[in-house]
Amino acid sequence: MEYAFNTFEKLINLTEKRNKQIYELMQEKEALDFEISVNDVRNKTKKIITAMKEAVTRGLKSREKSFSGLSGDDCAKLIERYKNSKSVFGKLFEKILCYSVATMEENLRMNTIAACPTAGSCGIVPAIIIALSEEFNLTEEEEINALITAGAIGYIISSKIAMAGAVAGCQAECGVAAAMASGAAVQIMKGNIEQTINAAALTLKNVLGLTCDPVAGLVEIPCIKRNAFMAVEAIVAAELSLAGVNSVIPPDEIVDALVQTGQLMSPLLKETSNGGLAATKTGLRITSELRKKEEL
Amino acid sequence: MKQRSLFDIISPVMTGPSSSHTAGAVRLGLMVRNIYGEVPKKITFKLYNSFASTGKGHGSEKGLMAGILGCSVDSDKIKNIFQTQEAKNIEYNFEYEQNLDRHPNAVDFSLSGCFNMQISGNSIGAGNIEITKIDDFTTKISGEFNTLLLFYKDKPGMISKVSTYIQNENINIASLECDRNAKGETASMCICLDGEIPLSIIKNIENLDDVYFVRNIRKLEG
Repeated sequence: MEYAFNTFEKLINLTEKRNKQIYELMQEKEALDFEISVNDVRNKTKKIITAMKEAVTRGLKSREKSFSGLSGDDCAKLIERYKNSKSVFGKLFEKILCYSVATMEENLRMNTIAACPTAGSCGIVPAIIIALSEEFNLTEEEEINALITAGAIGYIISSKIAMAGAVAGCQAECGVAAAMASGAAVQIMKGNIEQTINAAALTLKNVLGLTCDPVAGLVEIPCIKRNAFMAVEAIVAAELSLAGVNSVIPPDEIVDALVQTGQLMSPLLKETSNGGLAATKTGLRITSELRKKEEL
Repeated sequence: MKQRSLFDIISPVMTGPSSSHTAGAVRLGLMVRNIYGEVPKKITFKLYNSFASTGKGHGSEKGLMAGILGCSVDSDKIKNIFQTQEAKNIEYNFEYEQNLDRHPNAVDFSLSGCFNMQISGNSIGAGNIEITKIDDFTTKISGEFNTLLLFYKDKPGMISKVSTYIQNENINIASLECDRNAKGETASMCICLDGEIPLSIIKNIENLDDVYFVRNIRKLEG
């Protein structure tokens, strides 16, 4: 039986050949590769969703600052705003912003999160799956299907590039997370398999060249806010894709472009905190103030 | 070659904020604890390069100590580990060095208690780690496999004897790495295995002449 895939083209072929959904192929592959049952795969995924929900719940209530003191109350500010006024796009939009920031703030407080695909991009996929689940009353099984679909997209991308800012900048962290989330959103909205992959493709095209230049090397500036931006980007891609707006460049070729762009990017912009935002006047001042604080 | 998993992408569930600088630190600590075989009385952590310069903000020191104390990467004890009694029972200190000959996220552990041991390791990204040196021996331990580690007097036939015990239990060897100080002096053997290592193998190897040290280092979960 044919079950392995490491490109989007191969995945789409397999779904047609075997008349299966993306999540079905992914969970089957994982079960076969690691000699566990499909049920084990789904139970493990369910535990991750539980951890994601717990992080959101805690994050929505907290104003605790990070060790650096630079961040920790952005979600509280959003909640405060929505108490008295409506957001441009309504309730679901508010939730997506709040959940992504809440999760990232839990991360920087050294609380528990699910790295998805990395800790620095941990707010994007949960924000989409949990907010859409609440909006459209998903069952637990549907949430699991959505997260495994997101995972399959990341899995294919990771066959060509490591998910690390040090390797390819933020393209490979928040960029990939947004591609994963856009696929999950299409799956939740009952789009077809091509639309699911196409949404990921549209997202990836829009993140090419995204740098990883966090101030003082911390997963805070600009990472927290970027998670909110990228969660919204995932929805834009899903909406375009569901409307039949296709990427002219095929998804696997976009991944190749991402890999090449990552190689061409200066090391200064790949998680070294020696360029970009980290090397701005203010970035450097914050860095030196933190070093002093740490020595105390 | 590591078999890629769906769960490399959608997990681990972990204490933030960084998979390399927090979760990787915990897993290095856990591995060192497994190799040393107990909680040391005294420990010096030497952090290099990126671990040295951004470790505080990422909770790397907390992670290293939490791992030494047996916490998993998602433990809620990590954040306040230095306030726990278990941590206070250990005499510890941290040193920092910028040294471009070392990995960006390298750590040296100097342990003492029942015996002294030096262990070096790197956090190589996405929570993955490698133990590169134990005392004077080069090692290659990733925590991905159950690993049998032994130190012994370098002499002919040791690899054959040890592998026979393993073969008799029908366990497959994934990789084998040997190193020695000099011919006839102390040597090391590091064997990664598919499957569990029964206690009987450890006992048999311990009973071999000229074997000084045997450890069954269990693979890291999650």
